[in-house]
Amino acid sequence: MTITLEELRDVTVAAVVDARGTSCPGPILAAKKGIPGVAPGAVMEVMATDSGTLKDLPAWCKKMGHEFLGVIEEPGYLRLFLRKA
Amino acid sequence: MTQTDKKTIILFSGDLDKVLAAFVIANGAAAMGDDVTMFFTFWGLNALRRDRKPATPGKSPLQRMFATMMPRGPKKLAMSHMNFAGAGPVLMKRMMRSNNVMSIDEMIATAKEQDIKMIACTMSMDVMGLRAEELIDGLEFAGVATYLGEADEANVNLFI
Repeated sequence: MTITLEELRDVTVAAVVDARGTSCPGPILAAKKGIPGVAPGAVMEVMATDSGTLKDLPAWCKKMGHEFLGVIEEPGYLRLFLRKA
Repeated sequence: MTQTDKKTIILFSGDLDKVLAAFVIANGAAAMGDDVTMFFTFWGLNALRRDRKPATPGKSPLQRMFATMMPRGPKKLAMSHMNFAGAGPVLMKRMMRSNNVMSIDEMIATAKEQDIKMIACTMSMDVMGLRAEELIDGLEFAGVATYLGEADEANVNLFI
């Protein structure tokens, strides 16, 4: 299920986890910490500066069963979105 | 449904770079929902030593010599390459800080938070004259059979 960038910008985010400034494995540690506070079916946003997160968060989602929705690249950081299973 | 896998890591090396790699993998695996067991043996035990030296009566002169010569904790570890008599680790730690990489102390704390099982090899502790009170809290103490029992349940095993 891929969604367009426009849809991603309009998505309702239930929780935001700010992992900016952390290096591997910081962003997935942050995702792990943040996910229990999100209801199933709701969307969590992870903000990150480590470029490896572009691959790592989708891999984490696949493993954990969550749906990776996509990424918005802001100047200097990434906003990654996932829907909790 | 998510499945719970298991990873086992043997940390044999006491080199700063290798210890760092082991803890990045261990913490990453735990963040991905895996059970993780780390087995510390030989030089790897030095990563678990306390900074401060507790009283250790009854050690042999050779054991005291080993304890003195080996690095006491993560801050004292040397690098496997480019150590330059201790200048290398200083530069490496500076670069790690500027890239927001966790220190090994922080990695160990995170490993504990994530319930990573850390087992110290009692045989190597005996050989090297290291006592439980010289190592950090939160460890289990066991031997090769315990580690192999854990490895039987794991789908990845690393020797670092």
